[in-house]
Amino acid sequence: MSSVSNSRIVLFLRHITSISYFFHETMKWTLVKPFEGKPLRFRAAIVQMEEVGVKSIPIVALVSFVIGIILVLQTAYQLEKFGAITFAASLAAVALTREMAPLLTAIVLAGRVSAAFTAELGTMLVTEEIMALEVMAISPIAYLVVPRFIAMIIMLPCLTVIADAIGILGGYFVGTLAIGIRSALYIQNTIDALVMKDILSGLVKSAVFAVIIAMVGCYRAFVVKGGAEGVGKSTMISVVTSLISIILADCLFTAIFYLFL
Amino acid sequence: MAETLIEVRDLFKGFEGRTVLDGINLTVERGSVFAIMGGSGCGKTTLLRHLIGVIRPDSGEILVGGKDIVLFDENQMDGYRKRFGMLFQMGALLNSLSVHDNIALPLREHTELDEKIIGVMVKMKLELVGLRDFEHLKPAQLSGGMQKRVALARALALDPEIVFYDEPTSGLDPVVTGVIGQLILDLSKRMGITSVVVTHDIGSALKISDKMVVLFRGRVVAEGTPEEIQRSSDPVVQQFIHGSPDGPIPLRQSSRDYLEDLLDM
Repeated sequence: MSSVSNSRIVLFLRHITSISYFFHETMKWTLVKPFEGKPLRFRAAIVQMEEVGVKSIPIVALVSFVIGIILVLQTAYQLEKFGAITFAASLAAVALTREMAPLLTAIVLAGRVSAAFTAELGTMLVTEEIMALEVMAISPIAYLVVPRFIAMIIMLPCLTVIADAIGILGGYFVGTLAIGIRSALYIQNTIDALVMKDILSGLVKSAVFAVIIAMVGCYRAFVVKGGAEGVGKSTMISVVTSLISIILADCLFTAIFYLFL
Repeated sequence: MAETLIEVRDLFKGFEGRTVLDGINLTVERGSVFAIMGGSGCGKTTLLRHLIGVIRPDSGEILVGGKDIVLFDENQMDGYRKRFGMLFQMGALLNSLSVHDNIALPLREHTELDEKIIGVMVKMKLELVGLRDFEHLKPAQLSGGMQKRVALARALALDPEIVFYDEPTSGLDPVVTGVIGQLILDLSKRMGITSVVVTHDIGSALKISDKMVVLFRGRVVAEGTPEEIQRSSDPVVQQFIHGSPDGPIPLRQSSRDYLEDLLDM
């Protein structure tokens, strides 16, 4: 009996059920309850937007700048053999907007934000603050989760746009200064290669990643067991789960975009 | 005669095959101080969590003002929760908010009051617990006893009919213990608030309560006024009152035979 109920598959399915319910509750408080006289907490959402969005700009900028450089260097190395080195610009632009910028921004935020959400809310669970909210007839989902969810879903696509731009800029610097592609040609190639679909599909993905990071980060906090050790363990699981889910979702959405768009 | 405000009937609850509440019956009169006593693991915290509606029982009824809260839906439960306040064992103040904002929180959430009026009400509640000067500090900057008093001010923010206390005096020095006890008494006598106090602090329970129950292994073993409890011949109650190591309350919680356990190694 216990071997069945504790097996990994059962445990996994149980988590899937609970996180679906958690997502459902979050959506209810985000989309339905505001029309039943329970307004959204915009002020709390703005505080979170600063926390998860604005404060992530430096690290996202750094990572995407370096990734832009790496992409151009790696593609130039290959394209040189075909004498098509100027196409490094187009390749980097498309790879960045469709794939690298949304994925790497999400990975940076999975580390930074899911961990922060789980640790903060998990500690609140341990110190009974979440139960106190509930007993004061204040929904912890509405008060704590929804502002974080809204902040993520707005800020991650914004950060992705920033990462797109800075990544291309990084590529431009190394392409023109180190590899020796003419500046005007580099810009022309970048503009020619990019279509709106590239950027939009990247942004759709980043919105999906935002849902994953916010939901996994908050959900893991609500299932913390035990004290400090439990918070630490749940935070670790939260980051790992976000990372894996982001990469799986990326694969799924890339396949969908490739096949249907 | 005083009317019954809370009535618990045949409450059963088990976790993973272990019975925690084994048929609890009790009644709390309006305006009285009611103490729920018992050693660690006797089920008193579980019982309290049933009364505040965060755990549902396996069977039984919890009538508050004649309505069974076990059957409440989300909206009814919210309505019920606005009628009581709860003082958590560690205070459970929101650490990210100042003392002022913590007490203002229920007022901002559940009333349409102007910020100015809320400010006045927060000051009144803080004066009640004697901490008016600490409005702008964060909970982490206060001592444990002060945090508990602020938490009590928050529990009183919406002028509740009932206040539940989870171990209100644990971890406090004797003076603060006395202060909290006096506060609970004052609230009940002067403002008519019904108090339900879960505690293992026998001294203050005997001092402040009108009526008390002693729980042991998920059952009520004694019920009555403090005098009746002190006179009770029940060995569990006597052991509990005198804190003696010998008696029916076991020191060891293991069910297996000691010798058998050792020989199995």
